[in-house]
Amino acid sequence: MWSHFHHGADIGVRGIGKTLEQAFEEAAVALTAVIAEPSEIRCLETCEVRCEAPDRELLLADWLNALIYEMATRHMLFCRFKVELQGSQLLGSACGEVVDIARHRPAIEVKGATYTELAVHEDRPGEWRAQCVVDV
Amino acid sequence: MKTAALTRVSDFEWRIEPTGKMRVPGVIYATEALIEAMDEKVRDQVVNVACLPGIVSASYAMPDAHWGYGFPIGGVAAFDADRGGVVSAGGVGFDISCGVRCLRTGLRHADVEPFKEPLADALYHRIPVGVGSHGPIRLAGKRMDAMLTGGAKWAVEQGWGTRDDLRHIEAQGCIAGARADAVSDKAKQRQREEMGTLGSGNHYLEVQEVSEIYDRETARAYGLDEHDVVVFIHCGSRGLGHQVGTEYLKTMATSAREHGIELPDRELACASLRSDTGQAYLGAMRAASNCALANRQIITHLAQQAFVELFPEADLTLLYDVSHNTCKLEEHRLDGVNRRLFVHRKGATRAFGPGHPELPDEYRAVGQPVLIGGSMGTASYVLAGNADPRVPSFTSACHGAGRAMSRRQAHKSWQGGQLLRELRERGIIIRSPSLRGVAEEAPQAYKDVDAVVDCAEAAGLARKVAKLKPLVCIKG
Repeated sequence: MWSHFHHGADIGVRGIGKTLEQAFEEAAVALTAVIAEPSEIRCLETCEVRCEAPDRELLLADWLNALIYEMATRHMLFCRFKVELQGSQLLGSACGEVVDIARHRPAIEVKGATYTELAVHEDRPGEWRAQCVVDV
Repeated sequence: MKTAALTRVSDFEWRIEPTGKMRVPGVIYATEALIEAMDEKVRDQVVNVACLPGIVSASYAMPDAHWGYGFPIGGVAAFDADRGGVVSAGGVGFDISCGVRCLRTGLRHADVEPFKEPLADALYHRIPVGVGSHGPIRLAGKRMDAMLTGGAKWAVEQGWGTRDDLRHIEAQGCIAGARADAVSDKAKQRQREEMGTLGSGNHYLEVQEVSEIYDRETARAYGLDEHDVVVFIHCGSRGLGHQVGTEYLKTMATSAREHGIELPDRELACASLRSDTGQAYLGAMRAASNCALANRQIITHLAQQAFVELFPEADLTLLYDVSHNTCKLEEHRLDGVNRRLFVHRKGATRAFGPGHPELPDEYRAVGQPVLIGGSMGTASYVLAGNADPRVPSFTSACHGAGRAMSRRQAHKSWQGGQLLRELRERGIIIRSPSLRGVAEEAPQAYKDVDAVVDCAEAAGLARKVAKLKPLVCIKG
């Protein structure tokens, strides 16, 4: 499950999942939804990303920033995500397709994931939340 | 924001007394109404900035301040390297050297009014805008590095504009001290196809009519007259700046503790100005600034080509180009002593007053042009720097209207198509690749730019020179 939350100038992305990995995956869907409707994106091509950070919060920002980088340089939008966490490392994959302006009608590009409202937390047993504000 | 938590100094100035870990007070320039419209987070962020090492005088917020990340947007803070001062990647932001340039066109409103639709089409056709758009040139290797050290000067050398343009750009179009080697390969990769693109969000190119002159002498010096047509370009350093911001934010956040810097909030990630990280960031940030200056120079050239398709006599000359997301080394006089300070302006415009040596001869007597972009469909302004000694905020002014509503709320409240029709009925022609993007940038989602500018003038930050009314807007 994913959602967006309020920020004055920008927008907050939030992923909720049964596991930490799932929360990260859902946060990535929330990131995509800032730009375009995730259900309009087809899974045609997969790219792998690898991140490392000293704690979970920075790892979330790194994961989202890695996706922002892949979107910008490959001119792609992603709809499906897979995250595997190994200590301070994240191995992730994102599946999507090249941006089609007419079909995807992308509203805005994301500049980066910020540390504002950055949180990774198990709110109750089996419910993880991963969130931050992204700069648009 | 509640005014009860602030000390009222005047109708336009409010103070936060230093408490706890604050090293200096906070000062907000705003009317009571503007303060009440600000998020409580603005106060928190002004206070957090006041806690950073080496901060000088005060942590300032401009009349258009709103909740940012780390620094408030509309925040100004100066740091002294000799007193343990820091540079903050969050204090500059992801869109390094985002800024505005204003171009005169040599055309009058009566010339352009009948041709607004074809002019909008010509501009939209030539200027890459929105997500996934590609620029007119590809850069890599040594050419990329030359752009990063040369800025708009490099762009002019490549044939994108004239040498005269450079005189009307801050730092003559080339920021010294840029280090291409401090910019990662990933940041350069992200910029390969993005030179000469506007981007999205609140970035735009707008054709405007000078609808009102407030200060005739200064307007004459700036070459502005009533009913002249001008162009505003608002954009920044594109993917390269975003990547530089992203990477150094992480480096600073992870290394701050090792260097004995206690951060009130992680998003205030910073490094000592004298540290290797601080020096590398300054070099990379200046390179990204040059990228922004080159980018706006290339877009200017594309706009010139679009104008001459319809108006062969059009001659787009640069009035001024100034950034509002920067950290600049400047000399300021404090308590009778000249000090060299690193002034962070995050969503705030440098506003040098009359006599400043960096200004071109024709502007030196009247002060620096300060370019204030309104929201889509509302007025923009040209102001002039005052350097009023009663306002010690390091010669800074506001940068725009400031958002009053989040993008999410705006998207829920308005429909892009309806907005386009309403604006067209008011004579404003919009071209944008995204209706949702248009809805998120609805004029009603922003504060009243007139109130912000009136406050900036009343507070002594800058004085009004001309008001500009939108005719055509190419929206990212």
